[in-house]
Amino acid sequence: MLTREEILEIDRAISAVPYRKAACIEALKVVQTHRGWISDESLRTVAGYLEMSVDDLDSVATFYNLIFRKPVGRHVILLCDSISCWVMGYEQLRERLRDHLGIDYGETTADGRYTLLPNPCLGTCDCAPALMIDNDLYRKVTPEMLESILSKYL
Amino acid sequence: MEKPLTQHIRADGKPLSLNEYERVGGYSALRKVLSGMTPGDVLNVVKDSNLRGRGGAGFPTGLKWSFVPQDGPRPRYLICNADEMEPGTFKDRLLLECTPHQLIEGMIIAAFAIGADVSYVFLRWAYREAARIINVAIHEAQEAGYLGRNILGSGYDLAMHLHTGAGRYICGEETALLNSLEGKRAIPRAKPPFPQVSGLFGKPTIVNNVETLCCIPPIITHGAEWFRKLSLTSDAGTKIYGVSGKVKKPGAWELPMGVSLRELIEEYAGGMLDGHKFRGALPGGASTDFLVELDVKMDYSSVAAAGSRLGTGTVVVLDDRTCPVGFVRNLEQFFAQESCGFCTPCREGIPWIRNILTAMENGEGMPGDIDLLERHARGLGPGHTFCAFAPGAMEPLQSALRFFRDDFIRHIEEHTCPWREHPVNDHNSRGFVVPHLQTNYHAADTH
Ligand SMILES: Cc1cc2nc3c(=O)[nH]c(=O)nc-3n(C[C@H](O)[C@H](O)[C@H](O)COP(=O)(O)O)c2cc1C
Ligand code: SF4
Repeated sequence: MLTREEILEIDRAISAVPYRKAACIEALKVVQTHRGWISDESLRTVAGYLEMSVDDLDSVATFYNLIFRKPVGRHVILLCDSISCWVMGYEQLRERLRDHLGIDYGETTADGRYTLLPNPCLGTCDCAPALMIDNDLYRKVTPEMLESILSKYL
Repeated sequence: MEKPLTQHIRADGKPLSLNEYERVGGYSALRKVLSGMTPGDVLNVVKDSNLRGRGGAGFPTGLKWSFVPQDGPRPRYLICNADEMEPGTFKDRLLLECTPHQLIEGMIIAAFAIGADVSYVFLRWAYREAARIINVAIHEAQEAGYLGRNILGSGYDLAMHLHTGAGRYICGEETALLNSLEGKRAIPRAKPPFPQVSGLFGKPTIVNNVETLCCIPPIITHGAEWFRKLSLTSDAGTKIYGVSGKVKKPGAWELPMGVSLRELIEEYAGGMLDGHKFRGALPGGASTDFLVELDVKMDYSSVAAAGSRLGTGTVVVLDDRTCPVGFVRNLEQFFAQESCGFCTPCREGIPWIRNILTAMENGEGMPGDIDLLERHARGLGPGHTFCAFAPGAMEPLQSALRFFRDDFIRHIEEHTCPWREHPVNDHNSRGFVVPHLQTNYHAADTH
């Protein structure tokens, strides 16, 4: 079942396009924002609401990097692993995160707090290395800064 | 030096509000257009200005617009490509976050010129701040009567929507972008038909880059000749250039089209970091060939003559303390992950390249590897794949094999990477993804 809030937001997306199905990426994002990830159950619900087949919707859901078809932690760390951040040493950040949180790419901490994912270029290459946690961007990150940044996300 | 794109940007980096933008002459170009110019007049000015697309391909903007059939079906669409995901590229972010109204004004004028009824900003997911800013700006423009029905009493109607993506580099390719906007997998389309004739939802559509559209209001205000003269060369206008890597002052600057790579790196970026020497640079993002000479004018034709492409004009510098093989491996890892998977050479070939480069980095390169890489670079070059993604991915590889060949050979002969302390741990020696990395978060790269 979709919540009233979810329906409201999905309907708004539908109003910007000529037919329901065209709003499916936005609909997945709406549901993911509320529920953290897209479970099979959520997928079926959204497909039903948009009058499309579940498989059709899953083919879209699995295509995009930021639609999560597996559970993620309460906070998702997107570590930029593209060229400028690589040159400026993002690998040290990955190591520090691995030491500090005990997780590598694709993994979630045992307490369900963080998931770590690599992400293509965050478009802030003059301030590399960079990462995002949820909706927040951090630039010129050093390994020493990580602990205090992470502590803001409970 | 005139800076029509960035002159009004606030020092604190906050977006210019509608009021602030109007106070410095904002929306006067739109008023000029709607109070007497015909769509044909606008088209002619843009054609005369010699504006070329800033999204990477450099296609003449006026010419592109002229392909929209006059009596074609409706609605027609104008799309701003704000998917900026090319590694090393951070120029559109600046415009989106700092001068949202100049973009919107440019979009309305472009939409008027092609007779569009609906417009979309296609913004990549990761630009959260830009999303908030553009949403506010669209709302402000609607309230002020610059968008919606009967704009400024002219009888012209235009709706504008913001679409934020779900993260996939190929969405930036304009036909893949159309599929994504239609709620599909972002797989490129066959051309023809070109989007100008049959694009979004099968209707005539123009896709233009953020920076391209931001050039439109000043062109209308000051004229085509003024715009052409901003440049130092035959390619008109100013350009937002950027430099990242081991330089003293990485950043982005609006400069006359045609400044040299040397000026960019030595003057604007403050030169190389102490203890680092310049070895080469990608002139315009990940999909461009290395340049190793600094005295190249950064315009479309000069960079092409030097064997590369201007691309996005945002330079990524390779220094002497960074491994060229590792550098290219990082790029090919990106391309392997982001390949849309539709055609075989790209889907299978790029991961193979990535694996060979990883093996080289880990001291497991073999004597035939350089030949194998060169064969791939040819086999995935122009004409062998469904879209321009794979040829773009081959540009840094083929040029690295030419300019830094000795470094590739050294990796193989010495069975180690001279620069690297720890092995690359994304993938094992010659092949397969380490099991814990099979997350399904990235659908295209799970084999
Ligand atoms: C793989 C690939 C990715 C692209 N990514 C972008 C992008 O993020 N932004 C962009 O404006 N153009 C991108 N382009 C170019 C677009 O296809 C298109 O040419 C451009 O948006 C047209 O706008 P312009 O004429 O104003 O340059 C990409 C092209 C390819 C092949
Ligand atoms: S070249 Fe690559 S990105 Fe382009 S269609 Fe083929 S698989 Fe997709």
